[in-house]
Amino acid sequence: MFAYVVKRLLSGVVVLFLISMSVFLLFWYGPSEPAQTICDRDTSNRCTPARLEVFRENLGFNNEWYEEYGTFVKGVVAGREIQFGSTTKFQCDAPCLGYSYRTKAPVFEEMKTRMPATFSVAIGGAFLYLAIGIPIGVAAARRRGTLTDKALVSSFLVISSIPYYLFALLTWLFLTITWEIPFFADTGYFPITDNPAKWFSGMLLAWLALGAFGCTQYTRYARGSMVEVLNEDYIRTAKSKGLTSNSVVYKHGLRAALVPVITIFGIEFGTLLAGTIFTETIFDIEGIGLWALEAVVQRDLPVVSATALFGAAVLIIANILVDVVYSILDPRVRLS
Amino acid sequence: MTITSPSSPSSTTSAGDVEGPFLQVEDLTVTFPTQDGPVQAVKGLSYSVELGKTLGIVGESGSGKSVSSMAVMGLHDARSSEITGSIRVGGTEIVGLAESRMRKLRGNSMAMIFQDALAALHPFYRVGDQLAEGYGIHHPKASKRDARRRAIEMLDRVGIPQPDRRVDDFPHQFSGGMRQRAMIAMGLINDPSLLIADEPTTALDVTVQAQILDLLQDLQREFNSAVIIITHDLGVIAEMADDVLVMYAGRCVEFGTTKEILTKPEMPYSWGLLSSIPEVGASTDARLIPIPGNPPSLLKPPSGCSFHPRCAHRDKVPGDLCVTQLPELTSASNRAGHLKRCHLPNPQEIYQTEVLPEIAPDLAEETR
Repeated sequence: MFAYVVKRLLSGVVVLFLISMSVFLLFWYGPSEPAQTICDRDTSNRCTPARLEVFRENLGFNNEWYEEYGTFVKGVVAGREIQFGSTTKFQCDAPCLGYSYRTKAPVFEEMKTRMPATFSVAIGGAFLYLAIGIPIGVAAARRRGTLTDKALVSSFLVISSIPYYLFALLTWLFLTITWEIPFFADTGYFPITDNPAKWFSGMLLAWLALGAFGCTQYTRYARGSMVEVLNEDYIRTAKSKGLTSNSVVYKHGLRAALVPVITIFGIEFGTLLAGTIFTETIFDIEGIGLWALEAVVQRDLPVVSATALFGAAVLIIANILVDVVYSILDPRVRLS
Repeated sequence: MTITSPSSPSSTTSAGDVEGPFLQVEDLTVTFPTQDGPVQAVKGLSYSVELGKTLGIVGESGSGKSVSSMAVMGLHDARSSEITGSIRVGGTEIVGLAESRMRKLRGNSMAMIFQDALAALHPFYRVGDQLAEGYGIHHPKASKRDARRRAIEMLDRVGIPQPDRRVDDFPHQFSGGMRQRAMIAMGLINDPSLLIADEPTTALDVTVQAQILDLLQDLQREFNSAVIIITHDLGVIAEMADDVLVMYAGRCVEFGTTKEILTKPEMPYSWGLLSSIPEVGASTDARLIPIPGNPPSLLKPPSGCSFHPRCAHRDKVPGDLCVTQLPELTSASNRAGHLKRCHLPNPQEIYQTEVLPEIAPDLAEETR
């Protein structure tokens, strides 16, 4: 298993190379001119061709992309010196992801301060939707075909047919604006170490939106998987031993039904971490997703490539974890 | 080797205090409501099995043989099935019995061995744990170690080598034959008085089949339990059963001792079953004669005798009795205990003169 994980991690590094390279290529050969955007902003829309040329030179867009990419990779591995204009110089230590064009702040440092917000959103939301979705799914599967089951399945289908950003936006609108529930008034990320209560109340609305939306999907996953498992021969065997029906459903049924649900969860959780863009934007949480969105709009190459790398790394790790957990849950699976 | 259970719970269904057959099924009907209307999978089935005896139930897929045995085990979901009639296990009526009491019987005084042990064993739990679980649930006072010891003992009894090591294996690490042995060990772990084996050898290759059947016979002699063996294989019946119940479309169509049914069957469907098995030693051009047609729809069963659309001999019955009237299950040719459900007036004669020469010419010569 150890060898397998190492192998997967190495192939993950290759993926990260390819992704960062693609981001660079997009900036160099893509349809927009990043230097123009930054020049416009920094000169309050009085960007002359001469000034633009200075920006191009300073940001390295006059060099070949692979030279700049080489510098970037060197920075990640060993650190580098970054120069803005002729006077300002920064020492950027490894792992150096560059300095933001916009804020002139080191990207890696900013990423570190934003990660807790994103992790808070994702972990809290995922906890909620699993804790609600799986029990409801199991209950529906046990009552398969009854009115309760049909009502649950169809109402959840309606909710999950709404686009998530609309669902989250409506949640926010109703709870904070229309009904003015004071508890939800101040959404946003406040470090848990400073004030846990404020952290909790700032996150709660985002969690509720994610949890309420996500649980409809996990209800369906859990129900589907459970319905299938409850028809298996080994469930009949468990009944024929004289076990209680709870023991049959949970010990024998859920144990098997959870395996595919956890697999889906692992991959979706990676996606959730890599892009809670809607949640962070709507609930004003200063996390990675919101940061990535701003960076794309501002053509902030170092931040865009850093957030892309973060997303890719999270997905790679989530996939490896899913495989490892799968091999633990299902004794028939051998990693190799 | 004998097996003793450390703390056998006092059971109302222990073998000693019951008179008559251990299992008595009377007028059992199992109905499943479906969207297209009710399906009667078992209709008016009656039989009984005594301790130490083996009843073989034969029939095609969908004949109701598994459904009726699942009803005996109380494994049908009460919400999606309707069971009427009477099933008495060791004197206890189990039709309509509360689930909590039914659970105490299940796996304890009666147990079931399923076909395809790979699917019937839980893939994620160790074999030993699955066995021990069945023991523990009916022996609440037994410790985990007792249950494990008992599991190893049973694995040893059913012939699994190095049981103290294999007890920690997962089902997929066992061979097909060993899985079926483990399944049998699981069924017998609480010394049930009634054991139902549902096609226990279907998924196994022939040499292993013989071993498993031998094992079942040994165990039955040892525990003196009542055994029901469900199969479509008349070879298994010949090897194992004392009595045979032939089922067709949910009904018993013929019943008798194994010898009677295999040598003097009186119902054309039984003839069909006999015609469709090959015989060792028969010449290679001996014909296997399949039963024409398909099993009937249980949703719209044929009128009269369910077998009439496929029966080659119905023109020998006067009038259209076969189409209009369901034959009663009556005594066959005055032989005690042999029952048949057929209108044919002279079945023995037809069997001897028409059927036997077709399927076993040598045998027909001898008996003539």
